[in-house]
This record gives sequence, structure tokens and C-alpha cells, in this order.
Amino acid sequence: MNLDFSDDQKLLKQTAREYLSEHAPLSLCRAVLESNAAYSEALWKGIAALGWLGTAIPEEYGGAGFGRLELAVLAEEMGRCLAPIPFSSSAYLATEALVQFGSAAQKRTYLPKLATGEAIGCFAHAEKPGEPGAGSIATAFTKGKLTGNKLPVPDGDVAHFAIVTAKSGDDIALTIVDLTATGVERAAVRSIDPSRSLARVQFAGAPAQLLAGAPTGWTGVEQLLDRAAVLMAFEQLGSATRSFEITREFTLGRYAFGRPIASFQAVKHRLADLYVEIELARSNAYYAAWALSTNAPELRFAACGARASASDAFEVMSREMIQLHGGVGYTWEYDCHLFYRRAKYLAAILGSANHWREHLIERLDA
Amino acid sequence: MDFDDTAEEAAFRAEARAWLDANAERLQSGERAPGLAEGRTSPDLIKRAQAWQAKKADAGWACITWPKPYGGRGATSIQNMIWNQEQNRYKTPSDIFGIGQGMLGPTIMVHGNDEQKQRYLRPMLRGEEIWCQLFSEPAAGSDLAGLRTSAVRDGDEWIINGQKIWTTGAQYCKWGMIVTRTDPNAEKHKGITYFIVDMQAPGIDIRPIKQINGASGFNEVFFTDVRVSDKNRVGAVNEGWRGAITTLMNERASIGGGAGGGPDFNDLVTLAKLSDCDGEPAFADPAVRQRLARFYIRLKGLQYTGYRTQTALSRGATPGPESSIGKLVGAPLRQEMAGFAIDLQGATGAMIDHDAAPQEGVWQQSYLGTPGLRLAGGTDEILRNIIAERVLGLPPDIRADKGLAFKDVPTGPKNT
Repeated sequence: MNLDFSDDQKLLKQTAREYLSEHAPLSLCRAVLESNAAYSEALWKGIAALGWLGTAIPEEYGGAGFGRLELAVLAEEMGRCLAPIPFSSSAYLATEALVQFGSAAQKRTYLPKLATGEAIGCFAHAEKPGEPGAGSIATAFTKGKLTGNKLPVPDGDVAHFAIVTAKSGDDIALTIVDLTATGVERAAVRSIDPSRSLARVQFAGAPAQLLAGAPTGWTGVEQLLDRAAVLMAFEQLGSATRSFEITREFTLGRYAFGRPIASFQAVKHRLADLYVEIELARSNAYYAAWALSTNAPELRFAACGARASASDAFEVMSREMIQLHGGVGYTWEYDCHLFYRRAKYLAAILGSANHWREHLIERLDA
Repeated sequence: MDFDDTAEEAAFRAEARAWLDANAERLQSGERAPGLAEGRTSPDLIKRAQAWQAKKADAGWACITWPKPYGGRGATSIQNMIWNQEQNRYKTPSDIFGIGQGMLGPTIMVHGNDEQKQRYLRPMLRGEEIWCQLFSEPAAGSDLAGLRTSAVRDGDEWIINGQKIWTTGAQYCKWGMIVTRTDPNAEKHKGITYFIVDMQAPGIDIRPIKQINGASGFNEVFFTDVRVSDKNRVGAVNEGWRGAITTLMNERASIGGGAGGGPDFNDLVTLAKLSDCDGEPAFADPAVRQRLARFYIRLKGLQYTGYRTQTALSRGATPGPESSIGKLVGAPLRQEMAGFAIDLQGATGAMIDHDAAPQEGVWQQSYLGTPGLRLAGGTDEILRNIIAERVLGLPPDIRADKGLAFKDVPTGPKNT
């Protein structure tokens, strides 16, 4: 048994951290948040040049041919710097969908472009408030055409193509749609975290293909979500950890009543509890990373645990980050709100922690 | 990242399982090993535990992490975890040797002299001599170094006077390890000396304490002019605090790592399915399912945190204060699970009767037993301080007794 990353993976982590601390300081996230840009093109190009977008893409399709553990390592680092780029949409969802379910031709068409960053992919799933299930998807795929409305679609305003969940006859399918085709209309909608985008995407008979050439059924959608959930958990973990570190530093440097506020038990004990929450989430994420990288049947449970644990840990951490900073934590000027926004954005777009907990119990009972 | 056993680990597991199969009875599914809740004092239980320990020792399965010269097999902590996982599948008697073997033996190995190692370790390993730890006092719990039990030198002997409390197993132990005040003029951590004491020595009075669960695992132990040979001093005079820290670190690791022997998550799911909620099983209630999932995720988080620690240890790291997480999270979690399980039972939750209560009243036992888990071996609050100060590097608490001789340390009216 060995529940840790290898030395090579740790080296990758180190390299990524060094690159991102130089090219993606929190001021970059803030710049995107405060501008009209949907994401940082410079950072996107930078990480594409490093080959990170092709991490888990097989070499024959232009990728680096590494595994999911390497992708998890990068996801955590993306989380640490609150990277304002569509990495999760493109690398965890669109790429995973194609690698898992794409036909050879679809892989040849899309994967090399995803690997170089020339194409950005996204995943269009939600349609209305609540958690999408097999019974709630109204978007329909008929005779090569897609009709329906998806709202919100993370990175739907900037992606070149989308993986779209749709009804296909009585079944559920994953479809792939070029977002610049006729019959597609899209517009950005305001996001709780303007450093990450959301869009409304409407399909009116847009040309589409079935991924895999046939409906995957709801189980295919679930498999895709499970896989993305593990990677997303690492991103959330990275953000939560960074948020913790900044908060710890702040409480050590901020004096009140003649001493650092970190010396008060009321503060120390809360930091200890937050540290514990993050460590438990990390442990759940590591187990899920093992399950993902080995395609273990335990992935069904591990993904739920990792995702719910990481969503909770990041949310509570970002909330307490503001509280422990005191008044300045609530200002625009301090970075706390960047974390607070990102926590809910990431938690929402793949389904709430409650949703994943319900999944977990359902699956444990199956 | 590999969750499965390596080839060596699998071979070790198979060896352990083969020996257990030949020497113990396997638990059937849903069956529980005889728990600790019933108390540890029955002479029959002690005899059975000693017989099992001797059998393991003869076959080389006792204290497997101990170094070979002391009778162990120098097993890695991962091997130890595998051994415990396997042994837990069998109907084996309660472990009444853990305090000695898990905490005091390792302390003697580090701070004891050769003669002490020769004399004490092997009978401890074989379960022939059972040990207790004489640490807490009525006015020295979390502030352990505030202890007042005194030891005064008299030639080659020391004379001990005072009172210890929360001493597990004092009534059936052969030996105890005691921390005493030997220099009240020094600062509190600097005047403490550590001894091995014969629990049958004249002047020792042991009085069981009845706990809230009705069991009497703990005792008060009174010392009146108890004489201890200087040969039984562990470590240097007035430097006993170092040894006490070794014992405490081992204690937290062993409390945190253990399953606790109580009901588990599967028992909770079974209960949720058999509890009726207006004609539906409680298990169908979304609020119940959310709570169950939270418990599961937390238990798994703890388990995998343990595996991460094992991984680090197997790569040469030394056990650190991180192990406080296990106890800090595990103890309140088990208490919360027990409270939730009783809620699920409705009015029947008030029954603890073995025959009438659901699942033999195991949750009610746990409800009454778990508050102690949060206090034993360091309270939640002390563990948070350890994590805050020693893991996160936050400033230590301001100490009102800093720099004062122990005799000048202020005490409350009750302690004078």
C-alpha cells in the first residue's frame, strides 16, 4: 500500500507551482475578474506550450500520454492559484469525454487540438435549477440535430465545442457539437465568480454527433461526472490549501491586544479544525485518485467522497478566511473574496455536495 | 499511488491469516467481537487475554513492531496495520495489554537502562505482567506537568506520596509507571522524575471509579509512603518530562489508530433500515441519508489519513503530532454517530437492555462510553493546541506559570 504521489509526480507538482507562481499570481485572477475577459489567454497559451492540456491524452492523439495522477497534480496547482482559465471544462470534462467515449475519428478530430490548446472544450449539462438527472434532460438529439437550451454552461461562451447531454429517443446520450455552427446561439451570463465564465447556450437544430456513435445511457454521463469530480476535488483542495496558508500568515502578522491574533485559542482552535477538514478532504481525494487512475470499481464511491469532502472543505475554508481576516476580509481589495467566489462556483458546476452525498448512499446501497 | 498490497505485504497478510485461521475463530458477518464496554475486570477475561497473548508470543505474533532483541519481529507499521486488520476478523479476547505494549514498553526502550529493558520488556510482551500508567491527578489533567504527587529520596530508595486518577486497569496490574514531583523549587516541567512502581507495594490503595457507563475501567490510586528502589527510576532525576512526552505521543497514536471496538458504519445503515418512520424505513429519509453519507465520508477520510501516515512512516518519516487528527476527529465522530443512532430508534432509543434494545443496545453503550474517548489521552482542546502549535507553528499559549518555581504556581481554591 502506498497512498502518496511518486517522486516524479512530486517533481511535476514542484515545476507547476514554480511556473504558476510566476505566471499566475492572484493578481492575474483579479485582473480577469475585474475585466470583461472570460479568461486569461496568456496563461492558457502558457500552459498549452508546456503540454499540460495534453497530460492525459494518449500520445497517438498528440498528448503526453501520462495518467490521471499527473492530471490530479496539475489540478491541485490550478486550484492553488485560482487559475482564471477553462482548464476544468476542457481537461477534466471535454477531454475525458472524448478519451473515454469518443470514436477513433472523433478522437482524431478533437484530441490533438485539445492537447495544444487550440481548441477549448466544455460540458453542457444543466438546464434548470436543481440537479440534472436522466429524467430531467429536455434537450433532444434527433437525426444529427440538437435542440434545446443549456443553462448555465461553464466556459460555454469561449469554448469551440461542447459535449452536450441530450435525450436520444428513450435513451440519454453524450453528443458533441461545434459551438460556432449554425443553429447555436450563446451568450455569457454573469457568474458568481467572474474570473470563471458561465454562458447560456441554445441549440436550434444544431448539427451534432453522438459520442461513441451510440447513446452511452445515463451511466455514461455518470461515469464522466465521476471522473471529473475527482479531478475537480483536487482543484478545490488546492484552492482550500492556499486559502488556509494565506489565512494562517495573516493571523500571525495581525496584532490585537498586543499579540498576534494567531496566539488566541479562539483563533488557533479554528485554524486547527480547518486544517483537519482540509487533511480529511485530501485523504479522500488521494483514495479517489488511486481509484480513477486504476479504473477501480471503488471509483463510484471514492468520487462521491472526494467531491463532497472537497466542496465542503473549500467552502468552509473560504468562509472562515473572510471571518479570520476581520473587516478587511470583506473588502474588494483583499483576496478573500476571490476564494469565496471560486468555492461556490466550483461546488455548483458539478453538482452540490448534497447531491454527491445522495449518490454515495444510493451507490453504497446498490 | 497504490491502494493494494504490494507483493511483500500480500505475503505477510497471507502468513498472518494462515496463522489466525489455525489458532482463532473467525467472526461471522454481523457478529461483534466481545467489546470493551462490559469492563475489563473479570478474572476470566484477563486469563483468556493472557492465554491468547502467550500463544501469539510463542508464534512470533506479539508486539510485532518491537525490535527483534526485545522479542518483536521488527515489523513495519504497515505490517502492523495489516496484522490488526486481520486479527480484527477473529473472535479474540479484548486487548488489556495495550497501555504497556503500546506506550510504556516503547518508553522503556527509549529512556530505560539495560537492566530495566532486560527485566521488564519480555514479560510485558508475553502478557505475563500487565502494566498501567500513573499520570493524571485530580488537579493535573490537561496540565499534566502540574502534578503534585511527590517522590523524596531516602538513600537508595524514593518515598512516594500523593494521588493519581483515571488509572486504567490499576486493580489487576503488576507494574505501573508513575511521574512524580521531585523538585518543587524548579519550574514545573523541570522537577519531574519517572519511576516504575510495583502495584502491590505497601502503601498503595486502589479504588475503582464508577464511570457514566457503569463500568469501572479507571481507578483512583493513593500513595502513602510507598518505597521505590532507585533502580526503578527511568531516566535522570528531574528529567522525567521527556519520558512522559514519549508515552503521551505513543498514547495518542494508539487511541487514534484503534477502531475502538464499538459499532461501525454498517451497523448504522442496518439500524436506519430497520427503524420505522411512518411506515417507511428511516433509511429512505433524505435527511437521514445525508447524515449517513457525512459519517461515511468522515470515517473514510480518517482511514485514508491513517494510510497516508503509514505511507510516510514506511518511507522513513517519524510519527509526528499529525497523529492527533485521528483522535481529535474519531472520538467526537463516534459520539455523534451514537447520538444519531439513538435518535433513529425513537422511543426505543431510551432502552439499553441487551435483550430489548435494537442491536443489543450497542449504540446506547457507545453513547455512554464515547464522552470518555474525547477526554482520554488529551482532550479535544489539548489536541487542537498540539495541531495549532506543533503542526501549524502558531504561537504557544501564554502561560501564567512560566518561570515560576512549581511551589509558587498559583492554584485555585479547590486545589489548595
